[in-house]
Amino acid sequence: MAVFKYGDDINTDLLFPGRYTYTCSKAEEIIPHLLEDLDSDFAKKVKKDDFIIAGENFGCGSSREQPALGFKAIGIEAIIAKSFARIFFRASINQGLLLIECREAVDSYKEGDGVEILPEKGEIKVGNNFFKIPPLNAELLKIRDSGGLINYARKKLLEQRGI
Amino acid sequence: MGFTFAEKILMEKAGLKEIECGQIVFVNIDHLLTHDNTSAIVSKVEEDLKKYGIISKSMPIIAIDHTVPAVDEKTASGHKKIREFVEKYEIENFFDVGEGVCHQLVVEKGFALPGKLILGSDSHTCMYGALNCFATGIDRTEAAVLLLTGETWLKVPSTIKIELKGKLNDYVTGKDLVLKIIGEIGADGANYRAVEYHGNIENLSIDDRFTIANMGIEMGAKIAVFPFDKITKEFLDSIKKPLLYKPIWADNDAVYERVLSYNLDKLEPMIARPHTVDNCATVKEVKGKIINQALLGTCTNGRVYDFKLAAKILKGKKIAKNVRLLILPASRNVLKKGLENGTIQSLIDSGGILLPPGCGPCLGAHQGLLAEGEVCVSTSNRNFKGRMGSKNAEIYLASPLTVAASALTGKITDPGEVM
Repeated sequence: MAVFKYGDDINTDLLFPGRYTYTCSKAEEIIPHLLEDLDSDFAKKVKKDDFIIAGENFGCGSSREQPALGFKAIGIEAIIAKSFARIFFRASINQGLLLIECREAVDSYKEGDGVEILPEKGEIKVGNNFFKIPPLNAELLKIRDSGGLINYARKKLLEQRGI
Repeated sequence: MGFTFAEKILMEKAGLKEIECGQIVFVNIDHLLTHDNTSAIVSKVEEDLKKYGIISKSMPIIAIDHTVPAVDEKTASGHKKIREFVEKYEIENFFDVGEGVCHQLVVEKGFALPGKLILGSDSHTCMYGALNCFATGIDRTEAAVLLLTGETWLKVPSTIKIELKGKLNDYVTGKDLVLKIIGEIGADGANYRAVEYHGNIENLSIDDRFTIANMGIEMGAKIAVFPFDKITKEFLDSIKKPLLYKPIWADNDAVYERVLSYNLDKLEPMIARPHTVDNCATVKEVKGKIINQALLGTCTNGRVYDFKLAAKILKGKKIAKNVRLLILPASRNVLKKGLENGTIQSLIDSGGILLPPGCGPCLGAHQGLLAEGEVCVSTSNRNFKGRMGSKNAEIYLASPLTVAASALTGKITDPGEVM
């Protein structure tokens, strides 16, 4: 498990440059360009179960879901930030990606700290400190736990229209 | 206790009698806007569409605008896929290459109306708030599902009330006002929140309101909305088709999270410095910075009104050597009107380069990107690192007057100095 730590206002152009937005839409096309203009090593180093920790307003800027889609496909365990921008937050729920908004956890993180999710307790462990994961609305939890909005909608359509 | 605009409209759309901040409501939307990303959106639910069809032929609005005319074979294939989708599902509201930027088309063609709820797979969808519309950006996956169901969830936002007093000076515009606000409250100052504009809004033209609402997202806002008034009505009456709408506005005793007040009389020309929109200063503070490119246009400031402002400064004069002035009209309609009234001719005579209506350089897609070390002053809405080409280029955001004044001198210039 590795942790990638970034600062405030990590915008959608830094997460996934606009020059690729109409040519890359599949996960395998997206992943090599994630964070390209901010941290060119990210795509080479990142692995399943890694974490991203960041400051305020993570994902601000465009309506660009490729970063959320890419992070989910890599298997990023969670993004922990002081705050998330609205469209990115929505896009992440719709991709089934776990976001944890927790200022204290971000502040407490020091390089080398281990990060772990304790789902049964609803907490995250950062180094030797424990923090509560803020709860998500029940309906949105259903979307995220279905693995994203498309799976959720398919289930619902099947129930409603029966085909 | 009264309700805010957001609370009232969501209450109505969700069929509720009461509502509170933070509540999740399920609503049917009036329109869904998608653009070049329609091809990627449709790919996500191709099989589902075959099974269930689309929810309505008149609900989606599709415009091809971000990479027009096609940049390369890949974008051309995307456009082709969109046209095939439009034909197969008989989508009624489709605007092909050359018609303009999606947001300008949504307002020009009478889709954005008071009291309507529009979602779009583009962050600047919030522009329609200028017309008293609840409009905000969503992601592609959600747009895909909306094609199938027409229904989604929205969290009822808390609201920031912005009270405007007075009148703008001749060399100050709505762009300067919105940059001033973003600079003060920050790029996330209105995150998850609605922003309502109150006060002397009769002193803001519809075009200034479009610019201000368009940049709501640059302070993180879910919506940025104006009340319906005489100016809104005049604009809607100018659209030559019968329109049905019902304006909605906040109650006098609505409860706000925060109330801010701005005096328009005292406002100076403002500029956003690289690489965030909230890195604002007065133009005077950064004057003298040498520029290589000036971009006049986009959905933020690419209307006839904006070109007229620029032409006021540039008419009969030539821009500085070593400056490329790009003219990017927001729509075919803007282009036609600008040609008819001589504004575009005048900008071209001054040295401007006319681009086809669309998004092009604004998001770094094509047509006028920047090399390493170059500086652009632009009327667009974002100055993020790497947005317009090289990640080592610099983008400054300002009003059409400041961009024109800067193109004239070759360095960032306060329009008050050349007017």
